[in-house]
Amino acid sequence: MKRSNEPIFWSLFGAGGMLAALIGPALVFITGIAVPFGLFFSPDTMSYANMLAFSQHWAGKVFVLAVIALFLWHAAHRIGILLHDFGIHAIALVKVVVYGSALLGTVVAAYALLKIGS
Amino acid sequence: MSNRRPYVRSMDGWWKRDAYFMRYMAREVTALFVAAYAFVLLVGLVRLSQGEAAFNGWLQYLKTPQMLVFHLIALATFCYHTWSWFSIMPKTMPIMYVGGKRVQPGAITGAGIAASVVACLAVLLIAGGMHS
Repeated sequence: MKRSNEPIFWSLFGAGGMLAALIGPALVFITGIAVPFGLFFSPDTMSYANMLAFSQHWAGKVFVLAVIALFLWHAAHRIGILLHDFGIHAIALVKVVVYGSALLGTVVAAYALLKIGS
Repeated sequence: MSNRRPYVRSMDGWWKRDAYFMRYMAREVTALFVAAYAFVLLVGLVRLSQGEAAFNGWLQYLKTPQMLVFHLIALATFCYHTWSWFSIMPKTMPIMYVGGKRVQPGAITGAGIAASVVACLAVLLIAGGMHS
């Protein structure tokens, strides 16, 4: 019997969903609302110098890659199911498009982190 | 060729038929905002790798009204995701026993949401310490 590749994608979906459930609300609040609009946090929290230093540290790189990549893989899995729910049944094609997009996003994020260096 | 025209029940709007399906659909649709938020962060990361001017352009863009509206909706969606993620967790995880008794679904959901509150507070505190 051919082995299913579903466990790999489901693990990425689960890890992304768990990460989003645990820290997603705080991240959206910080990066999208509080820091850009000067609420609660120091205005230079997301300054170029701070974000550069953050992404140059190995732990910062792991965190940034985990958030972006796992959120993308999580969403890709659900968007594939949503497309099926709304009548797009080309399962193989949908998988290539949704997981391919997540893979592309992961590669772009990894490349940017490499370019930033240490 | 047959002249029979068998009745096929339409599946249009099937998810509006039942509160259970509505909750399912709401939960799945959060993924659109998770993807969009990840994309916003990805753009920020790419701009960061391109230098200070590029990154500051991204920061300025975050201050536009449309991005504020987007992030407000995303915040509500992520909160809903947290709630729904731990609501379905008793069904998605293996059955857990503590002291020979099955852990009740409500306890699993409650523990998950409590863990989220703690994790979010930790992230807020760490970010609060990130200034030079």
